[in-house]
Amino acid sequence: MEVGRLPISASQRSKLIAAGYTTLSSFSSLSPSHLARDLKISDNEAAEIMRVASHSHRLDGSAGGCGTVNGAQTAWDMLHEEEMFPRITTSCEDLDNILGGGINCKEVTEIGGVPGIGKTQLGIQLAINVQIPVDYGGLGGKAIYIDTEGSFMVERALQIAEACIEDMSECGGLLRKDSQACQLKMHPNNILENIFYFRVCSYTEQIALINYLDKFISEHKDVKIVIVDSVTFHFRQDFDDMALRTRLLSGMALKLMKLAKDFSLAVVLLNQVTTKYIDGSFQLTLALGDSWSHSCTNRVILYWNGNERYAYIDKSPSLRSASAPYSVTSKGIRNSASNCKRIKMM
Amino acid sequence: MANKQISQMGLPKSIANVFAARNVFTAKALSLMELRVQNEHLAGHLPTHMKGLDEALCGGIPFGVLTELVGPAGIGKTQFCLKLSLLASLPANYGGLDGHVIYIDVESKFSSRRLIEIGVKSFPEIFHRKEMAQEMAGRIHVLRPASLSEFTESLQQIKVSLLQNQVKLLVIDSMAALVTGEFEHGAPRQKTLGWHVSFIKSLAEFSRIPVVVTNQVRSQSRDETCHYFFQVQSWNETIEDRTRHDSHLVAALGINWAHAVTIRLVLEAKSGQRFIKVAKSPIAPPLAFPFNITSSGILLLSDDGIELTGPDINTIHCQGLSLRFCWGNLQKNIKWMPKTTIGHY
Repeated sequence: MEVGRLPISASQRSKLIAAGYTTLSSFSSLSPSHLARDLKISDNEAAEIMRVASHSHRLDGSAGGCGTVNGAQTAWDMLHEEEMFPRITTSCEDLDNILGGGINCKEVTEIGGVPGIGKTQLGIQLAINVQIPVDYGGLGGKAIYIDTEGSFMVERALQIAEACIEDMSECGGLLRKDSQACQLKMHPNNILENIFYFRVCSYTEQIALINYLDKFISEHKDVKIVIVDSVTFHFRQDFDDMALRTRLLSGMALKLMKLAKDFSLAVVLLNQVTTKYIDGSFQLTLALGDSWSHSCTNRVILYWNGNERYAYIDKSPSLRSASAPYSVTSKGIRNSASNCKRIKMM
Repeated sequence: MANKQISQMGLPKSIANVFAARNVFTAKALSLMELRVQNEHLAGHLPTHMKGLDEALCGGIPFGVLTELVGPAGIGKTQFCLKLSLLASLPANYGGLDGHVIYIDVESKFSSRRLIEIGVKSFPEIFHRKEMAQEMAGRIHVLRPASLSEFTESLQQIKVSLLQNQVKLLVIDSMAALVTGEFEHGAPRQKTLGWHVSFIKSLAEFSRIPVVVTNQVRSQSRDETCHYFFQVQSWNETIEDRTRHDSHLVAALGINWAHAVTIRLVLEAKSGQRFIKVAKSPIAPPLAFPFNITSSGILLLSDDGIELTGPDINTIHCQGLSLRFCWGNLQKNIKWMPKTTIGHY
């Protein structure tokens, strides 16, 4: 049963969600004092919430009358839960459309492409877009950026952050929002402050870090996206034992999926390409092999189509296969210029 | 910056030490920015003194990442490297890094005469004095590994000397030459290079110096396509594409290497005019600048680059390139150089 349906006050509900508790089961086993510490409320209030929660649970009864399986969630509850978390926009309308609104939380999305197509750019754009405040339709969360290749450039992140703030204040002006308040909060330095940057230099570090993220995110509950750029790099450099590689990769994938589910955050993995001999010719595919391609929930391939960059949804349980054009500008990822009839500015 | 966040977490000592040992650190992106601006000379870039290129790359060749120069033979990659080595050795008030340079010269293309000529033409006030020229040239250390294993050994030594000396630039000319001819085409080559790539990248990062690597080109074989399974093409189109592909070259060392470099500068020749293109960069738009090689190094003909859209930025042309350039009257201008005849190419 999810928190959204509990008869508690709106502020208590938002505190629960911000702290990461989206279902009853996630806090029903805690002690009231623990909950009180997490939510920063009084012990009495926490005890009251837990009483209401267990009461509603009893009233609601078990689904179907044959007893819920411990830890299971009904599909109906999951549907409501999905609506509570807005998706993370990519700043490109066409791309958002084929993604069903943006990158989904609680899912692992893999994005791959040839060098120079814009994977790192998209990663940085998402790390910044996750911080768009709730008033503007974003998540207001923080980002973790795991850099395995050293391609993250702070200057570029600053550029994109400034452009994002500009866009938001334009948007705020149109909707006549209280842009003054938002302006004070959103300075490019604030945005940079909310990106936790990790640099890993070998595959052992990468695995150690992903195992450690559990603890890190429980201390920083407002992290809403984890970006790994790129997940392939260290696994492509002299790995002699392929079986070991597959085991390590699948272990890592499971850990990431668990992270996404437990903390309701989005995991974005950037991947490289390789050539594979299929049907008598060489074709491009994403790296790390066939077993890895099962590890992610959604898969997006970025490619060149003529002179334009396109994104293609290769695999997704809920989205249909579609392509959309996008472009990389000085402001970050935007709609492709040929779609918007504006003069392209450099 | 290292371990700042982790030490604040109050982890048990054992875990914190493991992380410190493995060099896992975290920093907020803001503190990265502040550190760069405060500590690093010119906020982490080596200016190339080519205005258009420096503007496109937001200051010049960035520190801590791998920059690749790729192009056909004779286009000017070594000239570019010589100029950069010179710039890194200059004192700070001339826009240099005031440091030592390690130049790994695999194909024996390093020419100290040419280096001095570039110095004299670009910075006459320094190089006309023998002691100054000697000091600048003395800061450039040239290594000539004869094989891949020698190169591997020198890399290990370089790591040590990076910490001891004031090494501010590492140039490897060329990476492809190290590997070509050592192995058969295929898997073994990829694997060996893999270790080197990771090592050089980590060298660049922990010492925060620019690393410039040159690469060769090879012609694109008929078997190669650059399409995904969902990009279905009709048979006619495929034939057309093949003829298009035959007319140009691709960078050597494969797609794995192409992923590993952070900045790729493509030098090519189109209808007799040489261009330098920013093919891959996290911060620069895809621009092409026409250039010529002069006695003072490389000269951009225009500081406003031509913006290239699409995958064309990655293609390498070699049309109409005449590979002759004269070295000018070196003897006349430098009084202290011993008199010998300089050949004209």
